[in-house]
Parts: sequence; C-alpha cells; structure tokens
Amino acid sequence: MNRRYSWFNITSLTLGFAFLYIPMIILVIYSFNASKLVTVWAGFSTRWYGELFQNEAFLDAAWVTLKVGLASSTLATVLGTMAAYVMVRSGRFMGRTLFSGMIYAPLVMPEVITGLSLLLLFISIGLDRGVLTIILAHTTFSMCYVSVVVSSRLASFDQSLEEAALDLGCTPFDAFRSVTLPIITPAVLSGWLLAFTLSLDDLVIASFTSGPSATTLPIKIFSAVRLGVSPEINALSTILISIVTFGVISASLISKRAIARQRREEQEALQV
Amino acid sequence: MDLRKLFLILVPYSWLLALFLIPFAIVLKIALSDYAIAIPPYVPTLDGIGNWSDFKTFLSELDFENFIFLTEDELYWRAYLSSAKIAFLSTLMTLLVGFPLAYAMARAASEWRPTLMMLAILPFWTSFLIRVYAWKSILSQEGYLNQVLLWVGVIDSPLMILNTNTAVYIGIVYTYLPFMVLPVYAALEKLDDTLLEAAEDLGCSRFQAFWLVTVPLSKPGIIAGCFLVFIPALGEFVIPSVLGGSDTLMIGKVLWEEFFSNRDWPVASAVAVILLLLLILPIVLFQRNEQKQREAEK
Repeated sequence: MNRRYSWFNITSLTLGFAFLYIPMIILVIYSFNASKLVTVWAGFSTRWYGELFQNEAFLDAAWVTLKVGLASSTLATVLGTMAAYVMVRSGRFMGRTLFSGMIYAPLVMPEVITGLSLLLLFISIGLDRGVLTIILAHTTFSMCYVSVVVSSRLASFDQSLEEAALDLGCTPFDAFRSVTLPIITPAVLSGWLLAFTLSLDDLVIASFTSGPSATTLPIKIFSAVRLGVSPEINALSTILISIVTFGVISASLISKRAIARQRREEQEALQV
Repeated sequence: MDLRKLFLILVPYSWLLALFLIPFAIVLKIALSDYAIAIPPYVPTLDGIGNWSDFKTFLSELDFENFIFLTEDELYWRAYLSSAKIAFLSTLMTLLVGFPLAYAMARAASEWRPTLMMLAILPFWTSFLIRVYAWKSILSQEGYLNQVLLWVGVIDSPLMILNTNTAVYIGIVYTYLPFMVLPVYAALEKLDDTLLEAAEDLGCSRFQAFWLVTVPLSKPGIIAGCFLVFIPALGEFVIPSVLGGSDTLMIGKVLWEEFFSNRDWPVASAVAVILLLLLILPIVLFQRNEQKQREAEK
C-alpha cells in the first residue's frame, strides 16, 4: 500500500492537532500563573490550586457532580443494556417503532429542549428539584447512548453461542450471565464510562433540572465563566483535563493490550 | 410472550415514556396555554386528561396565541434565521478544517493511526464547557491571540473578537471538530488505494483522482459529519452565551432567557416546539444517510 508522507498531510496533521490542543495547553500553563491577571505571566505558582481546595462551594459542587455521575451512569447502564437487549433480541413487539424512536431521539435532541421538557414534568408532578431530579434527567439521556454502544456489540456477536448454552441445559438467565455478559462486558463498561462523562460534562440539562439545593460543577463553572476569566477556574479545568487524559490513555492502553492478548491466544489456538 | 421478556421490555420502555415522551406532551400543552402571573406561570389549557368534556373545552379553546406571537415579534424570526445561518456556516468551516485532518490521519502509516485516533477523540471526552472557556482568554482584547498579532506586527491595535459572532464560529468549529473528523476518517480509511492508482493509470492527475474517486467515496462520511455538527449547533446555548456578544442571536439562548429571565413558560415552550420542527428534516435526512450506509456495508 502506498501511503505518501506528503508535505500536505504533515501540515494538516500539525495544524489540525495544534488547533485542537493549543487552547487547552495554554489553559493548563496559565493555571500555574502567579498573577490574578490571566493573560499576563508573573511566574510559577500553585496558589490557585490551594485556593480552589479551600473553596467550599466548589468542593460541594464537585461532590454533588460525582454523586449524580455515579448514580445516573450506573442506572443508565442497567436500563441502556436492557433496552439494547430488547432492540436486538426481542424481534417484533407492540410499539417497537416508538421504542426505537425514543432511544435515538435524545441523541439528537437539543439540550435546551430536553432540559425544558423535564423541568416542566418535574414541576407538574410536584417533585422538588435537587440531586434526585438531576439523576433522573441524566439517566434518561445517557441510557440512550449506552444502548447504542451495547446494541452494536450485541448485534455483531454470534447468537449461536447463546443457543448452544441453552441446548446444554442453561436457564436463559444462566446463559445470559455466563455467555452473553462476558462478551458484551467491554461495551457495557465503555457505555458506563460514556454515561459518566456525559453526566460530569452536562451544564444545560442540569441547570434546568436542579434546584437551589443542588449545584453541579458545570453550573458553578458556568456562572464563574460568565463573569470573566478566573485563575481558579483554570486550575479546576487543569485538574479535570488531567483526569480525562489519564483515563483515556489508560483505557486505550488496556484495550490495546487486550487486543494483543486475544491475537496471541488465537494464534496459539491455531498452532495447537 | 413470557414474563421475563415482558419485564425486560417494560422497564426501559416505561422509563422513556415517563421521562421522554410525556415531558414533550407537557411542553406542547404549555405552548398552547396562556401566560399568567402565577406559580407555575401559565394557565393550563388542558387538565384531567381522559375526561371527554374537558377535552372538548380544550379543543374549543385551543389557541396558537404563543405561536402567533412568535411570528409577530421580529426577535424570534431573526433568532431562528441567525441560528440557521451560524449553524450552516460553521458546519462548512468545520468541514474545511476537519477534512484535511481526517484525510491526513487516514493516509498516515498504519502503526500511527491508533495514536492519531486517540488524539482526535481525547478532546471529545474533555469537558465541553472547559474547551469553550479556553478560548475566552485567547480571544479577549488583551488575550494571547492579540498579544501575538501585535508582537508580530500584523495589527496595530487589538482586534475585537470575543463577544462577537466570529468568536461563536471559532467556538463551534473547535468544539465540534471531532464529530466531523471521526466519520470522515472512518469513510476515508476504508478507501481502497488501488482505485486511486487505477485512476492515475487511466490518466487522471492526482487532483482529478482525488476529486473523482476520494471525494465521492467519502461522501457518506462527509454527510454524517455535517449533520453531527449542524444538528447540535442549531440549538447551541453554551457557545453563544460564553463567547458571543449581546447581539449574538441564537435560538437556544433565546429559549434559555425566555425561561429563566422572562419566566414566560408558554413562549419558551412554543420556541422549543418550533426548534424541534425545524430539526425534524435534518434528523430524518441524517437517519436516511446512516441507513443507506449500513445497507451498503451488508
């Protein structure tokens, strides 16, 4: 195969990734700036990190965000996996079209509409807005992402494996647990991770569905950002960027190793 | 149908009905209600669903007052139009930036491609809000961009970029770039190089081969990428409110302000209903493109 290293390709890669990464790199560098003025460099300092960890409001918001993220992504993973199973395995049933429509619609729905509609629902049933309502809202849109991820894995694996387990005397639940689940686990895990990230990241839906008792980190960041640039937000952003970078790089290393192991095992099996 | 299967269907189904479909019915209902100074701030047009006489009064009193209001007030028309314009132009710009990047990624040596993929995906996992915020200190009057341009001597006085539509375009292109790069890359990666060689053997120049072979074969990826940028950009709220100025009109921002500042729920709901109607066409086209691609792969 002829892969040319032309100047054009090298320039596009350099410019493209520079565009993607320079803003974030600048943000990280200036979080260590000693000056309160974000655009003027005044020497290295970790002062803003110290102030960040003394800021009760940010710590509270971080705790709320973490609780909402863990609860909603776990719920969304369970519901999304069930929905994926229904979509791929249940064949025809009444209201299937509506069901698949409801799975795909939230993926393309503008956040302002999802947020508004859920808020109006919570008000009309008289549910106080707080942590619970944000969890319900986040679960609803992220279960759709989970179900898309899991159903593509479910659709691509050999169903005869499941049938074999059933023929060998497994109950349907046993067959699911010992055959299907191990195969779809990577997809379920990445679905969970996606749901968790979406929840941590969401500003619009959380703003609509939260009450005064619960403020998430994005809501806190947004109200600070609207006022202008602040070094504390830079410090907070740097922490979040490092967590994500660490997570993505380790996930890709793990999956690389898993693929390599699988290949090796397949080769060994062929040699035997 | 056995009980277990019924349970499996019923749980996610009823969740989505309760928290996705019913909320929409409520939005529609409130969009048809009248504004009132009360809590909640609207006069219900339909209560007691299932009651036939109530339903008849509802039908007779049904009014599209809020929708008529939207057509009469110039603000909303301009907001829809300017959202469509901003979303359309920024989609084109994202394609112009994203295509060369995806092309170069697909042409890179195969041992490099997973790393490049990871580099393209990483920003997608990073907080959207933070990525938008990062531009604030770059584009402001005393920001880094102006500092560099002044230092190089391209300009004499700082440019006003932050709080204008230009900043909104930059923000959209920046944050949605991964959505364009990934589908285009997926289409280009599958491209068979021998087709290009054949085209060149048959007398095409390299540019002709690119235009006649590469571009048509990557069309599904380009279309998917464009919709993935256009659809969310149309209802965008965060970017215009962080980077845009007071004259930046986008419908997501109007809806937000109508709801949180003016507390006019019926009008906010009517704005949402029309936004949704506007999105139906692109969403249907997008789904059709995806379906065609799936069938082509079979």
